[in-house]
Amino acid sequence: MNLDIEKALRGAVPAPGASDDAAARFLRRAADEGLLDVAYAHVDSPLGPLLAATTEHGLVRLSYLGFRDEDATLQKLADDVSPRILQAPAKLDPVRRELDEYFEGKRSRFDLAIDWSPMGDFQRRILTATAAIPFGGHASYGQVAERAGNPRAFRAAGTALGRNPIPIVIPCHRVWAAGGKLGGYTGGLERKRALLELEGALQPELG
Amino acid sequence: MAARARARLTSQSPAWHRYVGVALPPFQAFFDDHRDDVLGFLTALVGPSDADDAFQETFVAALRAYPRLRDDSNLRAWVLTIARRKAIDMARARNRRALPSDDLPEVATPPRPDKQPELWQAVGGLPERQRAAVFLRFAGDLPHRDIAAVMEASEDAVRKNVSDGLKKLKETLA
Repeated sequence: MNLDIEKALRGAVPAPGASDDAAARFLRRAADEGLLDVAYAHVDSPLGPLLAATTEHGLVRLSYLGFRDEDATLQKLADDVSPRILQAPAKLDPVRRELDEYFEGKRSRFDLAIDWSPMGDFQRRILTATAAIPFGGHASYGQVAERAGNPRAFRAAGTALGRNPIPIVIPCHRVWAAGGKLGGYTGGLERKRALLELEGALQPELG
Repeated sequence: MAARARARLTSQSPAWHRYVGVALPPFQAFFDDHRDDVLGFLTALVGPSDADDAFQETFVAALRAYPRLRDDSNLRAWVLTIARRKAIDMARARNRRALPSDDLPEVATPPRPDKQPELWQAVGGLPERQRAAVFLRFAGDLPHRDIAAVMEASEDAVRKNVSDGLKKLKETLA
């Protein structure tokens, strides 16, 4: 008899999703009361799904989910910024809107605040110089290093750009290798090419 | 920038866990891993109508405390401990008269009206410590050591809570 009771009690595993309503209420409350440090959401784009994350200071991450998986992206944010991370789509509405306008060809400049604080000083200078390259333009790794105040650090500039936490908005796709070669890209070269075609900096490939 | 770097090295810093070698998952992952368990436990403790409020209080408290957690070895026991404290607070607030012990009153409605109503009615009729211990042992499949942590009691005490609770259930359901 005891065994039957034990068995029945063991069977009381909550149905998956039993707490969905309670969870939705909690997420709304956490966002409304500002209890989280990092809010994130999924954003669709012509280049595939993105994960966007913001702090109270501004956009802190934009990741190509096809390129780096979501768990790894969120764990990195937990380590770099704060583990107090929750999904809060409404907090990313301005980001979603500006990205939509950009991909529709209606926006050539982002007006989003950026949270630079998780970046080191060198990376911040490199990415600030990168952010100043206008829509449709491009610069070389060496030029970006020079504008950041370290003309000889073009190799390190490449590394800093490769670790750009906010691609598209900080337009590292506008930085090319010497000799008109495209160089690498955080989201894969196909995406770099697609962004440059959208901006009219590259002719679409034939065929 | 130096000032900022220094400022980040305080226990108030959101990324503090990095400096003390604690590897915390993002709160969303922690929340998704444990929310069903927490709601089930609270339903057993306070009944389905109060479980939602207790759930909100539990995770708000967990979210506030999370970045300063020093021990990441058993996040499940940690959040269940908070849940039980919230259930007790809630029962105290509801019952204006001061309770002499940590015991929750019996829950009026069975925690799981959908399945085996007699069993859950009987679980709801157990004294709180037995109810919590029996639930954690079987529905939660927690080892006695973790139940002791959640209930802030000794392993011997929770073993006794489990066996007394089972005995009472057997009598009730006989």
